Amino acid sequence: MTKTIVPLTGDQAVAEAMRQIEPDVVAAYPITPQTEIVMTFSQFVADGRVKTEMIPVESEHSAMSACVGSAAAGARTMTATSANGLALMWEIVYIAASTRLPIVMPVVNRALSGPINIHCDHSDTMGARDSGWIQIYAETGQEAYEHAILAIRIAEHKDILLPVMVCQDGFITSHAVEGVEIFDDAGVKNFVGEYKPQMTTLLDTDKPVTYGPLDLQDFYFEHKRQQAEAMKNAIDIIPSIMQEFNKTFSCDHKIVEEYMMDDAEAAIVVLSSTAGTAKSVVDSLRAKGLKVGLVRPCLFRPFPKDYIIKAVSKVKIAAVLDRAESFSGCGGPLFSEIKSAMYDSKQKPYLLNYIFGLGGRDIFPNEIENVYKEMFDILKTGSVRKQVNYIGVRE
Amino acid sequence: MANIKELSKLPERLGPGHRLCSGCGASIAVRQVLMGAGDSAVVVGCATGCLEVATTIYPYTAWNVPFIHNAFENAAATMSGVETAYRALKKQGKIKKDIKFVAFGGDGGTYDIGLQSLSGALERGHNFVYVCYDNGAYMNTGIQRSGATPTGASTTTAPAGKASSGKPQLRKDLTAIVAAHRIPYVAQCSISNWNDLVTKSQKAFAAEGPAFLNVLALCHRGWRYPQENGVAIAKLAVETCFWPLYEIENGKKYKINYKPKEKKPITEWLKSQGRFKHLFKPGNENIIKSIQEDVDAEWEYLIKRSEL
Repeated sequence: MTKTIVPLTGDQAVAEAMRQIEPDVVAAYPITPQTEIVMTFSQFVADGRVKTEMIPVESEHSAMSACVGSAAAGARTMTATSANGLALMWEIVYIAASTRLPIVMPVVNRALSGPINIHCDHSDTMGARDSGWIQIYAETGQEAYEHAILAIRIAEHKDILLPVMVCQDGFITSHAVEGVEIFDDAGVKNFVGEYKPQMTTLLDTDKPVTYGPLDLQDFYFEHKRQQAEAMKNAIDIIPSIMQEFNKTFSCDHKIVEEYMMDDAEAAIVVLSSTAGTAKSVVDSLRAKGLKVGLVRPCLFRPFPKDYIIKAVSKVKIAAVLDRAESFSGCGGPLFSEIKSAMYDSKQKPYLLNYIFGLGGRDIFPNEIENVYKEMFDILKTGSVRKQVNYIGVRE
Repeated sequence: MANIKELSKLPERLGPGHRLCSGCGASIAVRQVLMGAGDSAVVVGCATGCLEVATTIYPYTAWNVPFIHNAFENAAATMSGVETAYRALKKQGKIKKDIKFVAFGGDGGTYDIGLQSLSGALERGHNFVYVCYDNGAYMNTGIQRSGATPTGASTTTAPAGKASSGKPQLRKDLTAIVAAHRIPYVAQCSISNWNDLVTKSQKAFAAEGPAFLNVLALCHRGWRYPQENGVAIAKLAVETCFWPLYEIENGKKYKINYKPKEKKPITEWLKSQGRFKHLFKPGNENIIKSIQEDVDAEWEYLIKRSEL
């Protein structure tokens, strides 16, 4: 296995993964900050570097609709989107999952309107967390590239058969250039393998099948139960696919990354690129002798409950950083999930929630440092003044 | 020209066992359209609507051909995905046989909520046939007005009442909107004129690129007539020129396929259905007059276009 380091943005890195995966069909529509993925990939098509057929659709709703048609016809199918694009395709996002079509969709996280904003937060994919899609979140462009390749195998596994969103942070990751290690084409092609649909397809005209029937009180529930089972299967199967990936490409993918957690007393739990900033804060606080750590869930759907309990129960206090509001009045979506998971933990650390970075608002190392400081203050005083907090907002 | 003896030997794609109303125009339209595909392999797509809900109640299906329903507004986009997958796999040698693609949508799913999806698929030039079975209202949800509902018709969201004479607006001219996409083949047909319809369907399936058929498909629940009168009423739509039979090639060449020897007055069409009953109450003469004027003007315009 050879690797070549290339300067690429997160978007270009994902487009590069798509070039190597070489799906049969890509249906996509431009939306900032995802556009560069479909632009770059379109050029690969125009230059004859891939055999993929593009469908330059007139909306994201049609993008996902065409993906459903294409995947049901037995083609390996991909699309990509962000924010309002994801919102527009919402109806079909659910249909893709319930039809058990293994579509892979890079999502470049961007704040959902309104007000309209093009910058990063996780309101788009967090809103789609109950759509039945697997969701993986990348810290870097490198990881987004690798997740895209990994996602194909996860989606198409015969005991999973669920679509996958491969998420990276808008602009912060999607537009920042980093040295991305690109695997050789043959290695990627070999890893993803030739696509063999698990279900009878629409193009098998000798065996006519009906996709998308009316499913009433007597069967709908069973189908939903099967879908839930597939998600449960995913949490069991994904580690083995990751292991194979790590072995093949000499990587170290984990369901939940633990950073300096072995003896940590206080930890931050955060998704995606902010983990990178937080790790540098962990390093500087560790240098001062503070026992701090970081937990980064790479997988959010299915929710890696056992991995979270294992990681978070190590500390006395944890702060969950959410880049999305859920308007529940009780904190952000990641916080709710983690709090719920920790109910089943023997060790129950204090749990705090910090909502940050909405609409692309920067978060700075000193703000993350303050979160750790506040955690140590709580450990000293033994009282939590406010469970749900906001970082970097004028109030 | 279709030959009824030959047609009778074709495989039945929409099998018995569907749960559409007796006398439903949609199933007649589907069977006539699919006859036009001859003995080719065919994949069917369908928008949400009566046709879909009544033919695919899980675990049963009335379709003897591959079938996909996705949602209400996206039958065209869905079929564009199916057709593209076919081209991709055929190019790679993974599919050998020739397959035809057809999507069905009602007027709600085509004139209204699915118009963008249809327009996009036509503009992109996918090789498929889109068939609108136009019964002039949202019949599946209980007879609500659509962009296809004719002026004066009483529906449940534009009902006739003391202060209303049914739908005040004109119908959308969808056939012209589709023709403006300059696709290879567009035609308007009626289930009453089966030979014309099947012939047009043959042309649509033979076209290289998108083809569109707008089929007048009856609904006795919504139009309120005795179900056995259906085909005769569809015939009246043609004879009064409410629903002219014509075709347009490449968005330019209009051809009228049937000119009534004597155009019947629109009142014959209106009188045949309960949805127009209120128009015959005293005081509504002007509405009938304006409907007649509109039909006449459209017919004259069509004749002029066909002579260009």
